[in-house]
Parts: sequence; C-alpha cells; structure tokens
Amino acid sequence: MTRYSAWSVIKNGLTGQKGWDRAWRDPEPKESYDVIIVGAGGHGLATAYYLAKEHGMRNVAILEKGYLGGGSVGRNTTIVRSNYMLPGNTEFYEFSVKLWEQLSHELNYNVMFSQRGQIVLYHSPAARDAAARRANTMRMNGIDAEMLTRDQVRERVPHLDFSDSARFPIFGAILQPRAGTVRHDAVAWGYARAADSLGVDIIQNCEVTGITREGGQVTGVETTRGVIKANKVGLAVAGNTSRLTAMAGMERLPIESHKLQAFVSEPLKPLLDYVVAYALPGGHFYISQSDKGGMVFGGDLDGYNSYAQRGNLPIYEDVAGCAVALMPCLKRVRLLRQWAGVMDMSMDGTPIISKTPMDGLYLNAGWCYGGFKATPASGWCFASTIARDEPHELNALFTLDRFERGLQIDEKGAGPAPKLH
Amino acid sequence: MLRIPCPFCGERDHTEFSYGGDASIDYPPIDSTDEKAWFEAVFLRDNPRGPHKELWQHNNGCRMWIVVERDTMTHEIFSAVPAHPGVKAQLEKEAAK
Ligand SMILES: Cc1cc2nc3c(=O)[nH]c(=O)nc-3n(C[C@H](O)[C@H](O)[C@H](O)COP(=O)(O)OP(=O)(O)OC[C@H]3O[C@@H](n4cnc5c(N)ncnc54)[C@H](O)[C@@H]3O)c2cc1C
Ligand SMILES: [Zn+2]
Repeated sequence: MTRYSAWSVIKNGLTGQKGWDRAWRDPEPKESYDVIIVGAGGHGLATAYYLAKEHGMRNVAILEKGYLGGGSVGRNTTIVRSNYMLPGNTEFYEFSVKLWEQLSHELNYNVMFSQRGQIVLYHSPAARDAAARRANTMRMNGIDAEMLTRDQVRERVPHLDFSDSARFPIFGAILQPRAGTVRHDAVAWGYARAADSLGVDIIQNCEVTGITREGGQVTGVETTRGVIKANKVGLAVAGNTSRLTAMAGMERLPIESHKLQAFVSEPLKPLLDYVVAYALPGGHFYISQSDKGGMVFGGDLDGYNSYAQRGNLPIYEDVAGCAVALMPCLKRVRLLRQWAGVMDMSMDGTPIISKTPMDGLYLNAGWCYGGFKATPASGWCFASTIARDEPHELNALFTLDRFERGLQIDEKGAGPAPKLH
Repeated sequence: MLRIPCPFCGERDHTEFSYGGDASIDYPPIDSTDEKAWFEAVFLRDNPRGPHKELWQHNNGCRMWIVVERDTMTHEIFSAVPAHPGVKAQLEKEAAK
C-alpha cells in the first residue's frame, strides 16, 4: 500500500493522477479462514482491521452481499457524540470518540472528523433539570459538556426560532464541544484499505446463505460463492441480524428491523456551524450542514417493521415540519435527496456485542440510531471478543442474555418497544 | 403511505393508526410466574423479512385494534382482521350469512 501524504497529492497532481494504486484488492475467497466477518459495513470492516492490527489475526475474510459501504454506514447522518448517561454506554461511546480523534492518522486516510460540537436543545424548566443531570453525569465521567443559556445558544446558532411564537421555545442547551460529524464513506473506505493492507480479504458480492455447524460449534458459512470454512464467524450485518442468526438456528432475538430516513437539501452558503438536535414529545429532529453546504437532517423512524431501504411520505412531512419549526429560514430551501436505511432496533436501545450460545459464533448488533458513532469502539471490542473468546471490559455489559437476566441498559426508559428507542 | 383496510371503516392512511408490533406473540396468563415464558413473550421476536402479522390500532377512526398481515420487504398488505377473537368470529358469521 502506498502511503497517502501531502507529497503524494502534489506529485500525482503534477503527473496527471496516474500514480495511484487501487485502494484494496478484489480477491477470490479461499477455502478457509481463521475468522469470517459477515457484513462489510463500518462495524465489520473496523472489526477485521483491529483483528489484524491489535490481535495479529490476518487470515481473516469479510463477506459482503453487495458492495462495501452500501449499507447503513453509507446512509447515516454522520453524527458522532458521547452524551450517554448509563454505565456501559458512557465509557463505551467516549472511548469511541477518542478513537475517532486519532482515526485519520491511524488509517492514513482522511475521515474528515469535524469536531464542530453538538447542541442539544431543551424547551422547558423540567427539561433543563434533566439536561443538567445529563451534563453533570457526563462531566463526572470525564466527558466534555457545557450548559448553554438561551442567549449563549443564540450567539452560536442565531438562525433558530427565538421568536415569541416559536413552536418549541428554546430555554437553553447542552453543548458537547468534541462531538461532530465524520465523512461516513471515508470511514468505510479507510478501514477497508487499512484492513486489506494487513492481509484481510474483502469479498464483495458474496451473500451468506447458511451457517454450517457441527454439534454446538460453528464450522463456516455457505455463500453465493461457495462454502467457506472458519471456526470463528462474527456477524456484523446491522438490519439483517435476525436473518443471519436464524441460519444458525437462533430463531428469535430481542431485535426488530425498522427503517430510518435521512434528507439533504440543495447546497447553501455556511449557515449552521454546529450539529443541532432536539427531542421532545411532538418533535424529534437533528440537523447539520455538510462540507458541500447541504443541510443534512432526519428525525423519527417510519414506525413499523421494515426491511425496505426506502422511506415513506408521512416522515417527510414530519421532519420538514420539525425543520421549519426550528429554523424558519429553511422554509423555501429545496430538498435534493432522501433515502432510508434498515436499523436493527434492540429491545432496550442498547447494542449487543457478545458471544452467543453457539461456540464460534459472535454477534455485533442492535445499533439502533447510534451505530455510526460507535464504529471504531465497536470494531475494537468485537475484535477483542472474537480473538480472546471473552468480552472486552468495554462491552462486558452488552450481552445477549441481559434481557433474560433483567440487566437491560435502557437509556431512554422506553421499555421493550424497539420503535421507541 | 400504507393504506390499511380497516375491517370496520374501510381503507385508510396508516397515519390514522398507531403501530402495536408483532401480533403473533402468545402472552402467558397475567398471573403466570413462568419467567421464561414472560421473557420470550416480552423480548423475543421473529422479525421476519416477508409476511408479518402485526397489530395496529385505528385510533383516529374506530379505535379498534386490528391484525394486519403485511410484507416487511414490499409493504404489500394481505389482510386486516379484528384483533379481538370474539369480534372476529362475529364478523365472519355475519359475512357468511
Ligand atoms: C438514515 C440513517 C441515519 C443515521 N444517522 C446516524 C448518526 O447520525 N449517527 C450514528 O451514530 N448512527 C446513525 N445511524 C445508524 C448507523 O448508520 C448504523 O447503526 C450503523 O451504520 C450500522 O452498522 P454498519 O455500518 O456495520 O452497518 P451496514 O453498513 O448496514 O453493514 C451491514 C452490512 O451487512 C451486509 N449484509 C447483510 N446481510 C448479509 C448477508 N447475508 N451476507 C453478507 N453480507 C450481508 C449488508 O449488505 C451491509 O453492507 C443512522 C442510520 C440511518 C439509516
Ligand atoms: Zn377503523
């Protein structure tokens, strides 16, 4: 792999861009591997990278049914933050932010991490109390958080509706200065290139159709490109988790697949310097401005089980209403694109990075809305869990059996209702 | 927009309804102390890609709970019947007359 550098950009700029290698190989699958990772989304690619880099396991394949980065890793709204409150989540997401801060160097690939800060608004005195509790919890855990008054919010984001007739009057906000956005495709490509250079085989257009076992031990997978053997198989297929575990005889999981939409407007001049979000009964919305100028935003799930990567119109109306309620100046901005991704919504809103009842089968799932920001930490922990056959301390609470044991991690307190998390 | 054929009101936009999730779950009797049965009913789901029986309540209409069979990939709706078994039986009887 040739290293990318300022020098290589200049040199290739002057020589007709002819000196670039392909970023990763397109190998034929081997007969067997030490580890197979199913799904070349952010989590699968990161897992393979850390298996090779941190655990010296280089005889690894990633199998992807479509093309790498075609799932939710390429469909999300790219927000990265660590403003969680419950043990398990706080440390895990903060560790992820720390990995993000080093990732461009680590991968020798510019993932364009922009720590522009995230502002989460509150709209009532009671919500201010809840926000103070959250900010204090974050600070006690060594995570950056600042309480902003209404005027301090106004200084930073003057285009929000501060009028007397605002639909949701702004009382103040929590700011996490180190939160921000990351170029999502670059994350997939950066991990892919770095994993490939350490010897990992990334095999695209290779759908897993069965999981072979002997007794209670996994022996490999059946795919559209033949049988491939491995004694360790890690599933990182996001919205398709239930389908894959069913192939291993685990018919039912604490997961439902739902779809979430995202929207991007025509490009505008710089208008919004922060990620801004609000969530209250009657409105859930988040927005940021991409480097190209598009306003990138989203809101609630469509609200019913779905595997279709396309969204329904009522959410357009809902999200557009939320957008205009927050920033009236967006009223006449035109939408450029809209799309949807399938989300693996867990029963408590918290992910699963865990061993399973079957030896050699490992599960990475249940990411709900928040899986993109988790990508580096998830890969790190999943790789460790697979390599050592026991959880890393950061994912020790993200078990599959926590529901049966009454140890759910329900950040929202919404109960066992996946569409509410 | 999904168009749900409510057995009482006719075909309506799904925004008139609220979603109640998987309708194939058999909950244990309310006084049951079988923890495993409760765990399975509360937390475990088939989550199929394809036909799925699910509950919807027509809360901006007749307020009845109905069971809709819908494909989670194509969103095609195959049937919608009252969730209450007595009401369902009565409706079927009326239809047979
Ligand atoms: C609209 C939207 C907005 C979002 N916004 C945010 C956000 O702002 N911040 C945030 O943190 N998170 C966000 N998320 C969530 C985040 O994108 C996901 O949780 C995360 O990307 C899931 O992990 P992944 O990248 O590994 O998944 P994916 O990229 O979906 O990877 C899974 C891969 O598995 C493959 N696969 C499935 N079945 C098989 C099979 N049988 N054989 C082989 N391969 C298979 C798929 O093709 C896919 O490529 C958002 C999601 C959506 C849809
Ligand atoms: Zn009705």
